[in-house]
Amino acid sequence: MSGIATVYRWELFKLSIQKRTYLGLGAAVLVPIAFVVALALQKGSGPADVPLGRTLRDTGLATPFVVLFFLSIWGLPLITALVAGDIVASETNNGTLKTILTRSLDRGQIFAGKTLATLTYMAAAVLAMGIVGLVAGSVVWGLHPLTSLSGTTVPVGHSLVLLGESLGIYALALAGVAAFGLMLSTVTRNSAASVVGTLMFALLMQLLGVLPGTEAIRPYLLGTQFDAWHGFLRTPADWTPVIRALWVCTLYITAPLVAAYLVFLRRDVAGE
Amino acid sequence: MSNETPVVARGLVKTYGEVVAVDNVDLTVEAGDVFGYLGPNGAGKTTSLRMLLGLIRPTSGSAKLFGRDPLLDGASALDGIAGFVEGPRFYPYMSGRKNLQLLADYDGGNARSRIDEVLDIVELRDRAKHRVGGYSHGMRQRLGIAASLLRNPRMLLLDEPTTGLDPAGMRDMRALVRRLADEGITVLLSSHLLTEVEELCNRVAIIRKGRILYEGSLADLLATASEQYRLRAVEPERARLLCLAHPGVEDVQLEGDEIVFRANEEAVAALSIALGQARVGFTQLAPHSASLEELFLGMTEGDPATISADQEEAA
Repeated sequence: MSGIATVYRWELFKLSIQKRTYLGLGAAVLVPIAFVVALALQKGSGPADVPLGRTLRDTGLATPFVVLFFLSIWGLPLITALVAGDIVASETNNGTLKTILTRSLDRGQIFAGKTLATLTYMAAAVLAMGIVGLVAGSVVWGLHPLTSLSGTTVPVGHSLVLLGESLGIYALALAGVAAFGLMLSTVTRNSAASVVGTLMFALLMQLLGVLPGTEAIRPYLLGTQFDAWHGFLRTPADWTPVIRALWVCTLYITAPLVAAYLVFLRRDVAGE
Repeated sequence: MSNETPVVARGLVKTYGEVVAVDNVDLTVEAGDVFGYLGPNGAGKTTSLRMLLGLIRPTSGSAKLFGRDPLLDGASALDGIAGFVEGPRFYPYMSGRKNLQLLADYDGGNARSRIDEVLDIVELRDRAKHRVGGYSHGMRQRLGIAASLLRNPRMLLLDEPTTGLDPAGMRDMRALVRRLADEGITVLLSSHLLTEVEELCNRVAIIRKGRILYEGSLADLLATASEQYRLRAVEPERARLLCLAHPGVEDVQLEGDEIVFRANEEAVAALSIALGQARVGFTQLAPHSASLEELFLGMTEGDPATISADQEEAA
């Protein structure tokens, strides 16, 4: 375990001094701010066709949920892919894989540490987006009780709990994107191809969900799980999408990670 | 083989599709050796070293380091082993010291406490705070040695450590290797520079197109060639016939107006008397001590049709 912790710490340190990390986290912070500023400047109601959109100007609590919806199409998948697609492939580009694989840690420990660091970065991006959205929205529209998707009024305290739960289940879906990115990063050994490929995968999952004729598989697409948090915002809470997201996302996370792990354990480290 | 033998590789094969990069390589490095692994570029040196370190999987065969196989025992097989293949690589956006700290943590134990010491050994302490991205090639090579010494190794594996260095850098690097070997560290050094191997190594293996042509002591290798003699006679043709007829004189050849042959000292002494008795005057009869370079070129340039076993550049 301590070997994994060592790799994890150093991977976080390396992320903390790389530009792409701040590009990703910066986008996660700037999008909700820009969103709030744009809406504050125009009159009228919020975006009507979006969950909680109508109530956007009633309370800052609605802001992070609405931003979550918009960012799920490609914003947060891209932010996630930026690091997930790079974290193994960059070792190839720098030629450092052979450097770290000839020390005293096993390949499995290196891979586990990288995976944990990627998930930490991804969770930090989601959390930053949520907090900044909440604060920016509250500054402009105040912190008032939230109107749930069922039309009931949810007090501020409970709304914050719902926001936390929603960010959590959302991060789980995003971890599916991260896992796919890690797999591409390991298999392709090419950072740019992995980032683009991961984004394509996320977009494809969204696209399949809106094409006609996909109704049967729709509940099991990764893109659908980005909306699982809607279940928390009903009164009473609808656990069906939440529970489905828990096991569907687990599959989307596990399968690529296992594949990547096996490839990483056995691969030839030559010319890199 | 005892568990204390630093390297025992048997029947190592690595193929890439149709290309055989390493073909049935046996290598044995004994404790205390400075072992020279010689071959032209693309002969399979780096590929075999990668297999020793467990970086690539052999198609067949096995490699054991102090009795442990990197493929079976993972990173623990590298206990006591340090080095680099195809030039050391570091994170360019981190300082030299940060890179060493990371690697020390990956080594565990008390490696971190040795950082200043190893930086002093390679004379990089005053540049350690700068980003590796700004280092010269020579500085990176030295940082590579420092990173290896962090592991307090019993064996150092160095892949062409002087390649790309200027003459002073090469001299310093060789002096450093010499010093480390004198301190008791076993060294496996790959090189295509013969002077380097002649200067540093006691044992050598010569590889060409993935096959080992010679493995043994450097002295024995040079001795095989020292039995060659050159004779310059007034009447070359008669001298040549006498040589051909003389017992113990072999491989007689006429090179220009010199006769080249192989014989031991006894046979040469007898030959000189025979030449005198036959009244064939000669102006020179001398042993020809071939350099390692001649031996090496003789071995490695036998077949002009060079195949591309050049996997380390291609991969």
